[in-house]
Amino acid sequence: MTPSTSSSFWQRYQRNRSAMFGLAILSVTILMSVLAPLIYPGSPFALVGEPRTAPNAEFWLGTDTLGRDVMAGIFHGARTSLMIGLTATVVSLIIGVIVGGIAGYYGGTTDNVLMRLTEFFQTIPNFLFAIVLVAVMTPSIYSIIIAIAVVTWPAVARLVRGEFMALRNREFVQACIGIGMSDARILALHILPNCLAAISVIGSLMVATAILVESGLSFLGLGDPNVMSWGYLVGAGRTALRTAWWVCTFPGIAILLTVLAINLVGEGLNDASNPRLRDK
Amino acid sequence: MTQSRKRVLFIAKRLLQAVPVIFGIVVVNFLLLQLMEGDAVDVLAGEAASATPEYMAQLREKFGLDRPFHVQLWAYVSNVIVLDLGYSFRYDMPVVDLIMTRFWPTMLLMTTTLFIAITVGIILGLLAATGLNRWRDTIISVLALVSYATPLFWVGLMLVLLFSVRLGWLPTSGMETIAAFYEGWDRVLDIARHMVMPVTALSLFYMAAFTRLMRASMLEQSNMDYVTTARAKGLTERRIAWVHVLRNALLPVLTMGGVQVANLLGGSVIIESVFGWPGMGLLAFEALFARDLNLLLGIFLFAAILVLATNLIIDILYTFLDPRIELS
Repeated sequence: MTPSTSSSFWQRYQRNRSAMFGLAILSVTILMSVLAPLIYPGSPFALVGEPRTAPNAEFWLGTDTLGRDVMAGIFHGARTSLMIGLTATVVSLIIGVIVGGIAGYYGGTTDNVLMRLTEFFQTIPNFLFAIVLVAVMTPSIYSIIIAIAVVTWPAVARLVRGEFMALRNREFVQACIGIGMSDARILALHILPNCLAAISVIGSLMVATAILVESGLSFLGLGDPNVMSWGYLVGAGRTALRTAWWVCTFPGIAILLTVLAINLVGEGLNDASNPRLRDK
Repeated sequence: MTQSRKRVLFIAKRLLQAVPVIFGIVVVNFLLLQLMEGDAVDVLAGEAASATPEYMAQLREKFGLDRPFHVQLWAYVSNVIVLDLGYSFRYDMPVVDLIMTRFWPTMLLMTTTLFIAITVGIILGLLAATGLNRWRDTIISVLALVSYATPLFWVGLMLVLLFSVRLGWLPTSGMETIAAFYEGWDRVLDIARHMVMPVTALSLFYMAAFTRLMRASMLEQSNMDYVTTARAKGLTERRIAWVHVLRNALLPVLTMGGVQVANLLGGSVIIESVFGWPGMGLLAFEALFARDLNLLLGIFLFAAILVLATNLIIDILYTFLDPRIELS
């Protein structure tokens, strides 16, 4: 990307107020995840106060049923959510780009077989499949990431397939084929860079979905037992909903704001990369 | 060929196409069972705590777990064909019977939710699209955006906090007040009261999805030639939107309805476990808690087939709604 187009991209993005709002919230979440070990050193699972202390000057968001600081949990949970959201999305994008790219570029039987496979994975109920996968592999960060990637890649594959199919017939690709360039080189160096805008938009929206799925899994008790997460906090606090409303409430707001922010950023990226559609 | 004969052929073809998908899901299920750390015998032995290796080998032989991979796969597939999904050791009941006792509550929850989410979603999407970029559109779009980002379990818990804990208006969990022995309309009313919160929580997210889709679909249709024609004929904007555009804009919403059934089944695990609603989702949650993976996989298989069936029904509905669809 040349500097002039990237600066106008940023200018277009800046003009979108809701996208800037999303970026601001997302920056706070990122800052929280970076500062978590500095502000709250030590384990977020540590018992630091009286159980079920209402929000006060020492514990801004109160303590949970065992006496853990909810604020510390939210800071450390930000790390988990963002990390799992990003990693699962990257894994999913890699699978989706490979499957969709090969299907779109080669067409014919290859395309047919790969698309049948993609459709097959799309028919299986997503969240239920993720639950089953994590349960079978036993809950850990890795099994959660794998499960989310397995249920989300088909959407990427379909998008990438469409893009690759369209680009395959363009003159510059035909020229590459004409001079005898290898398929791998054409796919990776000439076609893929032209789809990066579309892939980054779908990728940013997928981070939001991944965070929602992760929070649902850990709410159901399928989170990594050694890692603090927002869904776990809500799940652990639900038994004390009557006596300690703050335990469930605040982590939920953290999830809501983060997911909302990422969706807004994703839409902002989409609008900025398709200026013609902006006013639609 | 007559239209109705064509339709029968079309349905038959779709049914045939579903067979390999079902087979694939059964195989995935079998592979997941194999992937599990330890088999049912380990679990049983762990509980008995006094199992000798000889006894365990005997058990494995009894369940056929010592046979080669493909024989086990075939045994599994032929069991599933006759709807034998195995036995739940926790509940001491066949998995299929267990699922069937929990099937109707989930169906009740899902159909109500889907009906509300689609109806309200269509109306809100329509209102937003017809008042494009005015306050009506802004409010609806912001609401949809926020509901779309809210975790289901959190909405559920917040509703309980507000309407049960603070206000005391609605019951927190279950499907009916069993101790009250209501009959007739009293029972219907009691169940309806129990449904309010789970349905609201589950509807919000999907309503947002339908609203966004309906709005986008209306806007896309409004650029079509037939709209220009209608406008040239001198029809009012209101009539164009409600009569001409609406019908065409509804088609993608219907397709999405099929997709959402799969997601609703996932969402029902969360909502049913929040509200103690005695359906398949709660059963899945209980199976998770009890580490009864055979039961969990049975529910998964059942749900996947349910989704396939729904998609088939929607395909058939489509042939009635959109005559442009080729039946051949």
